[in-house]
Amino acid sequence: MGEVLVITSGKGGVGKTTTTANLGTALAMMGYRVVLVDADIGLRNLDVVMGLENRIVYDLVDVAHGRCRLKQALIRDRRFESMFLLPAAQTKDKTAVNPEQMKELCTELKKESDFVLVDCPAGIEQGFRNAIAGADKAIVVTTPEVAAVRDADRIIGLLEASELRNPLLIVNRIRPQMVKTGDMLNVEDVIEHLAIELLGIVPDDETIITSTNRGEPAVLNANSRAGEAYRNISRRIVGEEVPFMNLEAGGGFIERVRRLFGLRTG
Amino acid sequence: MLDILQRFFGKETEKPSKTVAKERLRLVLMHDRLDISPELLESLRADLLKVINDYCEIDQDAIEIGLHRGQGSVALVANIPVLRLKRLPAHH
Repeated sequence: MGEVLVITSGKGGVGKTTTTANLGTALAMMGYRVVLVDADIGLRNLDVVMGLENRIVYDLVDVAHGRCRLKQALIRDRRFESMFLLPAAQTKDKTAVNPEQMKELCTELKKESDFVLVDCPAGIEQGFRNAIAGADKAIVVTTPEVAAVRDADRIIGLLEASELRNPLLIVNRIRPQMVKTGDMLNVEDVIEHLAIELLGIVPDDETIITSTNRGEPAVLNANSRAGEAYRNISRRIVGEEVPFMNLEAGGGFIERVRRLFGLRTG
Repeated sequence: MLDILQRFFGKETEKPSKTVAKERLRLVLMHDRLDISPELLESLRADLLKVINDYCEIDQDAIEIGLHRGQGSVALVANIPVLRLKRLPAHH
């Protein structure tokens, strides 16, 4: 029996879909059976980031409404046999799926996989409710910006109110040079406010754009810094102890982050 | 050129933008978190009354409890008219 992880953020554009695609691919690279679920009904994205957009026949709403069997809607990844995508529908009807159906779907999916990653839509309404309905654990993605951290704080509150306690944090798009010059919030600042456990830090990296252009998640690129960060995160998800990436050449900063992490988890 | 002049005369004295962001974040989160529901406020009010009742007799109907937002701070303000002080807290 697998585990359902929902990747959420509140604010749009902070990297939920990129995170879902990369963590899923990294877990599949390690040999785990993975299903990626695009819960953003009406705004299908994950298929494109994964490079699987041309192979969609059925979608999540078709499954929920019994128009096809679950297995028929799952798209097997061509790179990793153990990874599947359940695409979102492009329907405009936001109420096409309800939390109860999502719960059933997740229960079904985790029977035959190790990890089910649900890509949550932005916002705090029905789409969010649906995405978290079947989740066992939540990962909150944020960037070092006031608006993103504020929304992450709201989301953490809502997750906890929905019995999804102890969400894990990914701070995405860090620019070490700007952190150094005092022009960007650092990871410690973010954790200090959100007070949840840090799962990983991801540097701002152009290879995310080029890999998204190609539909090849950055974890497949050995030279991508962001890809490396996501590979590290997926190893932590399966329980390995992996030190946080040294984003700044001088160190120091990372040491402080680790100390902070140690305090929070200890 | 303008940029260099600005750097000489103005920008050097500016706070790093991270410091500004941190302070804004602190305030915005405090405001968000204190945006509590009427039920929560009612529960706070009931608990406050319970405690205060041990020490003094209060005018239950004239109580005002609320959150007041000022520049850079949030305060919990309670106006509780006291009718009579009790001699000793009941459990002492």
